[in-house]
Formats: sequence, C-alpha cells, structure tokens
Amino acid sequence: MTEAKEQSKLLVKDHDVVVPGEVLAEGMEYLPSQGTYRKDDRIYANQTGLLIVEGKVLKTIPLAGVYLPKRHDVIIGKVIDILMTGWRLDTNSPYSAVLPLKDATFDYIKKGADLTSFFDLDEYVVCKIFQVTSQNLVDVSMKGPGLRKLKGGRILKVNAAKVPRIIGKRGSMVSMIKQATSCQLTVGQNGLVWLNGEPEQELLAVESIRKIEVEAHVPGLTDRMKQWLEKKTGKKIEMKPDEEFPEDRRPRHDGPRGPRRDGPRGPRRDGPRGPRRDGPRGPRRTGPRR
Amino acid sequence: MDQALKEHINQALQKGYRLDGRKLDEFRELKIETGVSSTAEGSARITCGATDIIVGVKIDVGKPYSDRPDSGTLMVNAELRPTSNPDFEIGPPSIDSIEASRVIDRGIRESKSIDEKSLCIEAGEKVWMVNVDVCPLNHDGNLIDLGGLAGMAALKSARFPKLVDGQPDYHEHTKEGLKLSCVPIPVTVVKIGDNLLVDPTFAEEKAADARLTVASLEGGELCSMQKGGNATLTSEELNKMIDLALKTAKTLRKKLG
Repeated sequence: MTEAKEQSKLLVKDHDVVVPGEVLAEGMEYLPSQGTYRKDDRIYANQTGLLIVEGKVLKTIPLAGVYLPKRHDVIIGKVIDILMTGWRLDTNSPYSAVLPLKDATFDYIKKGADLTSFFDLDEYVVCKIFQVTSQNLVDVSMKGPGLRKLKGGRILKVNAAKVPRIIGKRGSMVSMIKQATSCQLTVGQNGLVWLNGEPEQELLAVESIRKIEVEAHVPGLTDRMKQWLEKKTGKKIEMKPDEEFPEDRRPRHDGPRGPRRDGPRGPRRDGPRGPRRDGPRGPRRTGPRR
Repeated sequence: MDQALKEHINQALQKGYRLDGRKLDEFRELKIETGVSSTAEGSARITCGATDIIVGVKIDVGKPYSDRPDSGTLMVNAELRPTSNPDFEIGPPSIDSIEASRVIDRGIRESKSIDEKSLCIEAGEKVWMVNVDVCPLNHDGNLIDLGGLAGMAALKSARFPKLVDGQPDYHEHTKEGLKLSCVPIPVTVVKIGDNLLVDPTFAEEKAADARLTVASLEGGELCSMQKGGNATLTSEELNKMIDLALKTAKTLRKKLG
C-alpha cells in the first residue's frame, strides 16, 4: 500500500473540464465514480464534464446529455398513449414510462371507465419514478405530495444536466424565481419545466432559467441570481428552501444514473413493494389484467 | 395540438404578449448567408430564431413541356425531414411540405421575376430547368417566409454551369446569373384569436386559427396570396393582414440586400 501511495498521482485539477479518454489519475489510490472508470492502474473519464475531486474519489458532472430515468426522480411526463390498464408517458428520455391505474389516482376507477377523463393525450403530469428495471422499463406513480396533473401554463425544455442547479439546494433557486415572478413553477428531473403565471412574469422566469443554464458551472450562482432578480424586480428576495423540496427529496448528484446495477445493494430505501418482477414475464400490459 | 398550450398562447396574446416576448409585428433575429454549398449553382442559409433553413438552386438542362416548347421551367420543392422537427415523419411529402413548396413557388412564378423564355436553349428540344430545394435543418415555424426569402437569395447568387455539347458541365460555372426582374418576398400573417402576428414560431403556427401568405414586390404590388387554416377572415381583417405583410416585407427586403 505504501508503494501504491507513492506512485499515485492526480493528473488533473479539481473543477477541470475533462473529455472522454482523458487520463485523470495514475496509481491505485484514487477511486473512480460517476463518469470515470479504471483500466489497469489508471483512471479515465468517459464523459465530457467538470471533474470533481472528493477526497480520493473522482467523478465528472456532465455539461450536457440526455436524461436517463432513475428511481425516486420526480419528473414531468406527457401522455402519449392510453393503455388498457394505464397510461404511457413520454419522459423526455429514450425510454417511455408506464403509469399504472393503481398508482394514478386515489379515486375509484370503475371497470371500463374512460381513462382519458383522468389524463388525456398530450396532457402533462408530475410523477415519480418508482421502478426502473434492468431492461429500462420505467414505472411511475402519481401518489405522493406534489404529484399532479398540470393544467394550463407552458412547458420549457432545459438541459437535463443543469436541472440540479435550476432547483438549487433544497429548491432555493426555484423558490427565488417563484418569489420574484409570482409564477407557479415545477422542475422535473428529466429537463422539463412547467411554468404558469402572468405573461410578463413568465418571460422573466424563462430568462432567469436560461441564465442559470448558461452560468450553471460558475461558482456563486445563487447569490448572483438573487442580486440579478432583485435588480430586475425591485423586490427583496429571501433565500429559503422551497416547500416542495423537503430534505429527503433533495436531488442527489451522486450515484450512477440509469438502470439498476447488478450485484449486491444496500437496504432498500422505500417501503414494501409489489411482487418482484425479475422472473420471466408475459406480454407487457397488452391485455386486461385478470 | 396541445390544447392547453393553445389556450395559454391565447391568454398571453390577450394581454399583449407573445410567449417569447416579441411584439406582434416583430420578426425574430434574421441572418442570411449565401454560397453555402459548392455543388449547387446557388445556395443560401437562413437562420431566424431557432429556425434554420438551407436552400439550394440546381440548374439543369432538360426537355421543355410540349405546350410551352420555348419556356424553361422553375420548380420549388420543400423537404421536411424528421431531423428538423420531431413532428415530421419520413415517407412521401406531407401536405405541409407540398403547401409550403407551392406557396413559395407561386410567389416567384407569379411575380414573373424569372423570364422563362430566356431559359430556352433550343425551342422544343433543350431548356434550362431551375430547381429550388428548400431544406429545413431545424424547423421552428415560418417555413414559407424564410424558405421564400432564402430561395430568392439563392436564386440571386446562382450561376449557370458551362454548356458543353448541349450538356451542363457542373465543374465549371459561367459568370452569368439568372436574370431576375424583381424580388418577390412572401410574408405570412397568422390570426390567433383576434390578434394578427408575423413570424410565428412552431407552437404559434399550431395554435393559429387562420393564416395568410402575401408575396409582394418592392413597390407594394401583390403577386400571390394563400390562405390557410379553418377560421374565416373578414374583409377588414384581410386588409389589415395585407398591410402588415407589406410593412414586414419592407424590412425583410433590406435584410436581403
């Protein structure tokens, strides 16, 4: 180990922009994390992004990229199909999601009811991903605080990699924009933002979101945005967490994105779950459930 | 169409706002560049907001139509590829693409800008055929106006290929360009609710109740008009739309240079 320590060398600095294939470190002492991998005794980047050195752990924060569904993410989905027993949603990612009947509403749905009366085609909903299988089949639920159908307003597409900055720490950025513009605002982890308010205020909200997107990687963003918004509106803006973001729903920047890893995992964070679906399965949701 | 978005656009317009903050008669930032393709006889690229269109002009030699043996031909084609907008599908040309190409074509044809007789090489045997291909790289609305504008820029920059034994030699171009007697500019005015606006984005186009495309010349002469959409227009509205189109065409003409 002492020998390894002597040989280990970091070849880049914290907050450097790295490109795929770039050698980040030599030696066995550093550890690869998100967006980096080890080959022999070197660590390489496999994403273009900002390199973060956390102790001995190296990871990259991507500058851009598509959204990949991840469990526990709250996203904004668009209804693209009505199924026999639920709805299919577009998630602004390569994989569509299914919203099953039982997870869609607390209301009693009669057998043979017209599902479009709950969610119609092209409507947007705020939902939470509760399962992503290894085959990237995504299941979402609408049972939970803040999960609802979106009425009116407009949808804005943003770079999914910048979403954590738009939300801010415990929703502080969202809260500031809400205070400044009095708009209703919901940010989905999948890079869709829903916005509803007075037209003039909406424009300011759009402008501030675009500004955050552009300046996401520059330190001191929250303070800068606060000053900017105060100057624009002449209002005093208080920096506080957003009520929609309790501590446990704080967006996580770490951990691999996308499908579940194989191999052992820690204890499950959520409660009891339905039957496991790892075994062989029949055709998926094409007929009525018996 | 997303009904909620349409309502939202309407509500904002009632308060005098467009979703991107423009005034009703305001065009997006416009940039025209010519000579972008070395293999075409003339080409132009236009960017306007998020809309980005390349237009190429091909000048070919062919047999004239039998009813007009001494006239060359002009053909406009618009190609709406799925890469330019997720709403488009591959396959035969859609109604939208046929309409766009025909409206652009009509503006140029009816202005008599290109003298088709001058394109004759040998009556009944050989004439020049001018093909204009409009190809959006990214379609965020207003394809007709921008395609027509870029089409004129490309036609202006087009040079005939050298004629060798009656066949065009595309490796060598002459200095001779197309003789354009005038420059028609199409402007589309859309009606959403009671509001008239120019340069609609894709969302605004989808929310529009009716639209009118007016192609006009420098002196304000109208060459062609095309109405689209389901809503009806009163004669008063029609006059307002034409006035707005003529006013906008003036500013666009300056951009074309």
